[in-house]
Amino acid sequence: MNLRDIAFRNMMRRKAKAGFVLAGLLIGIATVVGLISLVEAMTRDINHKLEKYGANILIVPRTENLSLTYGGLSLGGVSFEMEEIQQEALRNIQSIKNVANIAAVGPLVLGVITVAEHRSLLAGINFETTEILKPWWKLEGTAPDENGVLLGAEASRIMGLGVGDRMMVKDRSLVVSGILQPTGSQDDQLIFARLETAQSLLGKEGRISMAEVSALCQDCPIDSMVKQITDVLPGAKVMAIQQVVKGRMETLGQFKQFSYGISAVVVLVGSLVVFVTMMGSVRERTGEIGIFRAIGFRRSHVMRIILLEAGVISAVAGILGYVVGFGATKGALYIFGENQGAPVPFNLELAAWALAIALCVGLVSSIYPAVIAARLDPNEALRAI
Amino acid sequence: MSYIVAKDLVKHYGRGESAVEAVRGMSFQISAGEFVAIMGESGAGKSTVLSIMGAMNAPTSGEYIVDDINIYELKREQRADFRREFLGFIFQSFHLMPYLTVAENVMLPLAIVKVSRKEKVAMAQDALAWVGLADKANRLPSQISGGEKERVAIARAIVNEPPVLMADEPTGNLDTKTSGDVMDLLLKLNGDGMTIVMVTHSHKCAGHAGRILHITDGRLQEVLN
Repeated sequence: MNLRDIAFRNMMRRKAKAGFVLAGLLIGIATVVGLISLVEAMTRDINHKLEKYGANILIVPRTENLSLTYGGLSLGGVSFEMEEIQQEALRNIQSIKNVANIAAVGPLVLGVITVAEHRSLLAGINFETTEILKPWWKLEGTAPDENGVLLGAEASRIMGLGVGDRMMVKDRSLVVSGILQPTGSQDDQLIFARLETAQSLLGKEGRISMAEVSALCQDCPIDSMVKQITDVLPGAKVMAIQQVVKGRMETLGQFKQFSYGISAVVVLVGSLVVFVTMMGSVRERTGEIGIFRAIGFRRSHVMRIILLEAGVISAVAGILGYVVGFGATKGALYIFGENQGAPVPFNLELAAWALAIALCVGLVSSIYPAVIAARLDPNEALRAI
Repeated sequence: MSYIVAKDLVKHYGRGESAVEAVRGMSFQISAGEFVAIMGESGAGKSTVLSIMGAMNAPTSGEYIVDDINIYELKREQRADFRREFLGFIFQSFHLMPYLTVAENVMLPLAIVKVSRKEKVAMAQDALAWVGLADKANRLPSQISGGEKERVAIARAIVNEPPVLMADEPTGNLDTKTSGDVMDLLLKLNGDGMTIVMVTHSHKCAGHAGRILHITDGRLQEVLN
């Protein structure tokens, strides 16, 4: 017989009260776990969808000149005075700390060519990464091989070339394998070829004009990634496309704030349930506490009995709350989610937090009732029986 | 030499015009191993005196000394330690914990004592055997009679072998025969050297004591030997 036995036996005796405290905490913790798991799953889903918006970091050659373009109107051709980037240097990006957050790196070489008296920009790109960087592209025909080109919609119209037609570029005959459907961007004006083909035609083997990067920034600040890439590409200027990045971050931030706000309210309600129930329990046990004190229990002994009970119930509520919240999230995603098999991984950190929050809420809410119990005057308590 | 000394004990409840003087300047001495009964009408102040003697109710004035310790000069938690080490309590209505077995109820005062579980069980068994309930150790209080509950309460009071036993109407809820059995146990304890202070309405029970303190209106009226 020790204080643990007394606390445990009392819980077993007052099953309904213990069950009520357990249920209050369990519902609170399950809601918190469910909300956070749900928001995490939704965040992953949104992040996945946001990837489809394409590149969010640009790598361009470093220059000391100011831009002479405004609102799409070019007032000078100084951009071609820049040093170009060595294609091989892009491999350094694979060594940055947040490499796992990079979805795709798309090198791009640009140069002016003349096709049937029309001066045009030739863009050499990697068509595999373009699927990630520009998922909105729709082609009529196919992506070109090393002897083909893809024409932007405007370029096709002005040059009067369609799929299967041939064009001569610097004494080399290239077939038009596809036409890019109108995008409303400058891509409509360009002629696209495979990177190697364009580098060969422009005499820029091993060099690129710029690169686009699609970074997933659920858990990383984009500014940090920009700095990391700048460090490994000292000759280049690395810029975040702020609008896209900020939009992503704001969306994720709002989801998190919402879940934390709701969680705080639910935890507060849970703590009130514990507080009210424990206060009731202490009042109900006035006589019993009087006997404990009369036979020599110190105040601290009485407090330990009350807090032991609260601790055990809270720990059980924390563990069960995580399991129930986890299951509820799976169920909710299965019933309401677009992807019914959306994974909800077991999150050990969240489980530990659920246990810690349950213990914290249960114990903190029980401190005042425990103090009231400990302060009961034994003489008064015995007279109350 | 006196083991328990009460000097000019006064106890007021409430303040101002509504104040009630429960104990009005009471002095007495009890020797070690003595059996003292406190008698009086309802509201005479018997229970207040017992609660002061039980280190649970500080007097408004006066001194209460046990074994040369001035009890109400001790801090609150030290008084709890004093109760645990010096006093055994028998309450009028048994006050057993309904969710603990007979043996566990007897072990209750040992719950906060640093003794091994095995030793605690042995001490509880000894106490239960002494009151004749060794065979009912695993029963719940609801499964035993009133007389047996009183004997469990006695076993609980003596399990840690305190020098003083305080009994508040120990036979108040018992029939004549069972009351006799309980008194026999108290006499046996007294015979073994335990100091006993018993509050009672029963002249018959008080007749077993070596001395009777008769209280009227908060004052010690007479001492009968």
